[in-house]
Order: sequence, then structure tokens, then C-alpha cells
Amino acid sequence: MAKDEFKEFKLVGTRPDRPDGLDKVTGRARYGADISAPGMLWAAVLRSPHAHARIVRIDTSKAEALTGVKAVITRADFPTGLTGEDWNLQENTMAGERALYDGHAVAAVAATSKLRAEEAVRLIEVEYEVLPHVIDVDDAIKPDAPVIREGAADATVPEGMPPNVVRYMEFGRGDVEAGFAEADLVMEKTYKTEATHQGYIEPHACMGQLGADGKGEMWVCTQGQWFIRKMCTAVLGLETSQLRVTPSEIGGGFGGKTTIFMEPLSLALSKKAGGKPVKLVMSRSDVLRATGPTASASMDVKIGMKKDGTITGARAEFRMQGGAFPGSPVDMALYCCFAPYKLKNVEHVGYDVLANRPKCAAYRAPGSPMGAFAVESLLDEMCRELGVDPLDMRLKNAVREGDTASYGPKYGSIGLVETLEATKAHPNLSIPLGPNQGRGIAAGYWFNHNGETSVSLAISEDGTAQVSVGTPDIGGSRASIALMTAETLGIPYEDVRVNVVETGALGVNEPTHGSRATFASGKAAVVAAGHAITEMCRRAANEWGIDPEAVEWVDGAAQPAGDNAGKFPPMTIAEIAGKMGSTGGPISGHHESVPDGVGASFGCHVVDVEVDPETGRTTILRYLVVQDAGRAIHPAYVEGQYQGGAAQGIGWALNEAYIYGEDGRLQNSVFLDYRVPVASDLPMIDTVIVEVPNPGHPYGVRGVGETGITPPLPAIANAIQEATGARLCELPMSPPKVLAAIKAKGG
Amino acid sequence: MVAINLWSSLTRFTEGARVVEVEAETVGGALDGLVAAHPGLGPIIEAGVSVVVDGEIAPNRHTKVPQGAEVVLMQRLKGG
Repeated sequence: MAKDEFKEFKLVGTRPDRPDGLDKVTGRARYGADISAPGMLWAAVLRSPHAHARIVRIDTSKAEALTGVKAVITRADFPTGLTGEDWNLQENTMAGERALYDGHAVAAVAATSKLRAEEAVRLIEVEYEVLPHVIDVDDAIKPDAPVIREGAADATVPEGMPPNVVRYMEFGRGDVEAGFAEADLVMEKTYKTEATHQGYIEPHACMGQLGADGKGEMWVCTQGQWFIRKMCTAVLGLETSQLRVTPSEIGGGFGGKTTIFMEPLSLALSKKAGGKPVKLVMSRSDVLRATGPTASASMDVKIGMKKDGTITGARAEFRMQGGAFPGSPVDMALYCCFAPYKLKNVEHVGYDVLANRPKCAAYRAPGSPMGAFAVESLLDEMCRELGVDPLDMRLKNAVREGDTASYGPKYGSIGLVETLEATKAHPNLSIPLGPNQGRGIAAGYWFNHNGETSVSLAISEDGTAQVSVGTPDIGGSRASIALMTAETLGIPYEDVRVNVVETGALGVNEPTHGSRATFASGKAAVVAAGHAITEMCRRAANEWGIDPEAVEWVDGAAQPAGDNAGKFPPMTIAEIAGKMGSTGGPISGHHESVPDGVGASFGCHVVDVEVDPETGRTTILRYLVVQDAGRAIHPAYVEGQYQGGAAQGIGWALNEAYIYGEDGRLQNSVFLDYRVPVASDLPMIDTVIVEVPNPGHPYGVRGVGETGITPPLPAIANAIQEATGARLCELPMSPPKVLAAIKAKGG
Repeated sequence: MVAINLWSSLTRFTEGARVVEVEAETVGGALDGLVAAHPGLGPIIEAGVSVVVDGEIAPNRHTKVPQGAEVVLMQRLKGG
């Protein structure tokens, strides 16, 4: 599809009822914790109360003697000899020689009731030798910091770096020093962001069953059932295909449910308990202490700019800790931070650092929000200093198709300019502001992703269609895939049911991550529908006694392609399907691939805030999200993704943070103390869907889930500066910090 | 010949070269050629990288690399 070509569709772009709506509002939807089975046991986990400690001795005898206890496991019950990320996953599932963070699992119990399992956990005796710990990334990177793990650094780390640096990277182009010399203004600042949790409503939950024969099943709340299968079997030393994993409905994931945390425990307990199913449901405190938040970051940014707003040079050095294991998204943060801008001279340096915190997981555009906070904040300050309009500066430097991205390759079709122009035209920008109010603008970027994908489509006897996908629906993908399938087949949306299926039903699928489900599973469903159409045309041709090449598919029916093909009335999908048992058997389509044609997405946010000068409290007055969707298959869901990304970003900017005590223990492990925004904190978030179709997808899809969390952090910092005159460079911008910043500038 | 653009901290494995030329027609061939020329890159390639050919993330090792294509090696892209 050419960039300027905009096809009209009958269904794509409409807003039908969501297929999961009734189940969810009536409580019929089955989430992870809703699963149960006859003879099921309950599990409970003993977690380390120390940030860093050697495990001297574990005595489980009293727990094992308790009536109703069927199994107790420690690390001794796991296979040995794992390496690389498999070892990291096993070590994070159950501590070995040392507990590496507050909340690290050290033992687990299965018993006949939840209360009995929890009682048994309290009877387990663990002797710890408490070790020095480190929490802050800038402390962890010091040469004399407590060493989290010897030998964890990969080949990218040169000799002589501090011991907790496990990955190192540099990339860029041009001559940044020459770029700075060319500038009229050069500014350099340091920014810090705290770790935040994805904050999904549904805690992790699963039920695992594993027999002595090595065959098992798992029902689990996850973004990726094949990843669960691969990781659990690796950690437990099982054959991959012998574990069948069925995903439940999911109450939010945002990247945090693309990996394992406690799932292998239920399987290991089940095996030890004679193959009985074992259910394990995390408390909120367990979720916050022991599942992956995003990384915390410390970032130095230096930018040179001419008086007219042209950026002449840019340098970023980011340090991120992702817990006690390698894997912080410092690479993604660096790739994204300058991505909106056309730069001749740019340099990036990144350090992945270990600290005594839980193993980080992906969180919505992993890394990109932190990078944007640093770069977009500094750009805003420079615009204020030079008197340049921040939107005009972004338009002047904006990347276009064919430009070389800051991270290396050339861009294909992108819609940043269209997004910025739509922002500039929005009426929110001309609303006058009052005292103590400010307006902030920021841009953001996410790559979007393809990934391994397998989809099957089957035509039912009545001419309706079922689609089996492997990507759990975390943001509307069942609706969007149904719309694209129905559009392709030429049948009503209601005639397509999309099912998220278990691992035995399809080839390997990557999780729903990277904003890929509507792009990748949708593209595969369209191809699969095409295969079914080809077969239906063949069946019709056989009935008519003409060449299959002379049949075309129009509006849900086969028809002769022209007068020369013969004169037959159209044969509808229902007519063909009704006879398929006697015309050759089932009609289906299948497609698997790692699809090409990924289309990146840019966004721009505008926020108006009011800051109370007495308390430092920031109120969001109005909020605008403008983002390129490629093509919005179901616009209501797209708007929901935009609003959800903004809401999470607002929480990250203003309130959310992991707070650790001097002892390295998490102080705010419940939602009363870990403050996510609720509906009453937010205004209705305005959205504008920009549509620059992605030529790599049959319906122009780019992916919309992640870009929206990227601009809020700097946009709000920029608005607070306008409202107060104070620039905040550390998150969260909570009332005490804002008040201190106002006072520091003499306000 | 295919010219592969590396991220700059890999230059300590390539005697300082930011761009390495190898004989290859596919992404897999390019990666294999890169490791053959500079074995120190082996663990990094093995750990997972993304290869971008003419602005598009190559979906697999069999992806063709046209003569004169822009090939950029990146850390493996992933998402939430």
C-alpha cells in the first residue's frame, strides 16, 4: 500500500462490540486464579527477608511433618548444570547459594489448602548470613560496590570495568564534538528514573501438573504460552513438547507476563506430590517484591542546538540496573532516545548493571520512556533558553522516510511529521493557561515487532469462521483479527470467532509483546483466510466444471471471474461450507512466519498541568495523545491503548517508585503505598489517531500498544517547568520533590 | 560483498573496523562470515542480535541481502 493510498474498507476501521465484553462484565471470563481441578493442592512460597544473604542452611522438616503438606521443595529439587539465561531463570525462580534480593524465593510448599501451605511455609527454618547489598544504580556501578555475581559480564564488557557491569555498548556516527562546536547553545544534564511496576490488576497465577513420566500441563495467566513452556521445561530439565500450556484470560500484562517467575514451582511441587495439580497465586506484595518491574536509570545527556532549533550534536550515556540479573533495557533506551531526530553527529554509551533488586521484565516500550525523559526534557529546556517553539523545533529536526535513524538503519515509511502537524493543529494548544499552570510537549518512539507467528483458520459448516491464534489478547487483538479476517473473507464481523489457543494447537508463537499481535497474528490470519478463499474458489469451480483460475472471491462468495468463465450465480461461503463434507472435506487456511514489513510508530503528547505552590501537588488538567497507528483496525481499542499508555506514564511521572529502606527491603509493596493513578486522578485523555499506513501490512497496521507510554514522563516535566519555573530531573515528580524544587529556585 | 555496519563497541573484536565486508547472499551467511573473520564476535552473535537490511529487520537467516544493501547489526530488539 502506497503511503498516500488509503483504501476504503467495509469493516476495518469500524467499532463493533468487543468479543470478550460480555464475559468480562458478567464475571464469566476465567482468569489465572479461576482455574481449579479435582484433587488440587495449594502452594505457598517462602521468600528472603534480606536484600543479599548467603543461605547457610534450610530445615524443612517441621513443614514436611505438618498434616496436609504434600510436598516441600528447595533449590536442591531442581536440575543442575544450566547456563546462560536458563540459569538466570532458574536462579530467579528459586535461590541457590544466595538470596539476591528482598522477596527472592528460597523454598515452596504444596498442601491441601492455602492456609495450610502458608502455615507450613512459616515452619521452614532458614539460616542466613547477611551480605552487603546495593540498590541504586549509581552506587552499583562503583568499583567497590558489593559484587552481585562474579563472572556475569558478557563478552561486550571490556576488562577493567566495575564488577557489576554485565553488558556494555557504544554506537553512533559523525563527530559529536564538532557538532557541539557548531552549536549556539550546548547543555548537559543528568536525569534519574526509579523502577516502576507494570501494575497489572491481575496478580500472577497458575496451576501446574507434572507426572513422574515427565508429562505435564499448565494453566496460566501469561502473554506467551510458548515462552512459559520453553522456560519452565528449561528450568526443570523437561522435554519441551511434553508440557502443554493453556493461557487464561489476562488481567493486564504490559510486558511483565512475557517471562516466568513462579510457574516452575507449581510443576516441581506437583511432581513431588505425586502428580496432583498445584495452584499458585501471588499476593500483590509478592508481585511487587518478586516479579519484574522495569529498570531504574541514571542518564547523562548533552545536546548542541543552533538558534533556529537545529540540533547539531547529541550524546547520551545511560546506566540502568535491571535487578540481580543481566537484562536491563539500556540498549532499547539508547536506540529510542534520539530516534525522532535527524542527526549527523550522535553518540550513545550504555551500561547494564546488577543490583540487589528483582529481575526486571519488559514494561511497555522497554527503556524508551526513560530515554525520552532525559532527551525530551533537555530539548525542552534548550527551546525555552533559545526562545524556539518546541513543536517547530521537533518539526525542523524530524526524521522522514529515507532518513538514517540515530541508531543506524534507514527509516521506511514513517509518520512523525504527520503526527507533529496533527498535534500543532489540535485546539488544546490554543487553550489559555492560568496562574500556576503549564503546558508540556514531548515526542516518543517505538520500533514495533514481528516475531514467530503461527495461525490457523477453519471454515465452519454454516459459513462462519474460527481463527486460532497464539497471541493472548491483552489489548483488543481478538477484535482486530476478527475484523481483518471478516474483511478478507467478506463476511460479517460477528461470523468470526478468534480463539487464543494452547501450545498443542499451533506451532511456536512468541508472546504478545512488542505491539505485535494485531500486526503479526493479523497478517498471518489474512494470509490464512486467503488460503481458505483459494480452496473455496476451487470447490466452486469443481461444481461449475470450470477452471479454478476463472473464479474470483467477491463479498463472501465465489463467482465466475468474467463472462468468458461461464454464467453461474455466485456461490456463497455458507453454500460452499454446507457441502464441504461431500466436496473434499474441511476447508481451512494456515500460515506461519516471522513476518516482514514491521512499521515503526511515533507519538507526540501535550499535557496541561496545574501545580499547587503550597503543596507541590500536580493536577493533570487536560492531556492529548497524537500517534501514528498506521491504520486503526478498531479505533476504539486504539484510543484505549493511547489512553492506557498515557495513564501509566502519568503514574510513572508523578507518583510511582520502588522505595527501599536502608536494609534493602522494599517499603511500599502494596497498592496503598505504591500509588498508581486511579480514574479520579485523571481527566478524559484526548486522542488523535494519525494514519500513515504501513506498506508492510495488508491493512496498514503498525502496532499501537507501546509508543503511548514514552512521551508522558518528559511532557509532564516540561509542563511543570512552565508552571513553576523549576526543572525536575528525577522521577517521580511527587509533591515533596516539586515543592522542594519550587523552594530551591526561591518560589 | 556485503558491508555490515557494527555498533562501535564491537570494534575491539574487529581490529577497529566499524564496517566489515564479507562474502554473503543471505543474513545467515553474513553473520557466519562475520564470525569467521572475527571469532571474538561469536558469543555476541550467538547471544542474539537483530540484523536490519535496507531499513527492515530481517525476519530470518535466509533473508536475501541484495548487492549494495545497507546492513546494520543491532542488539536484539524486543518489546513489552
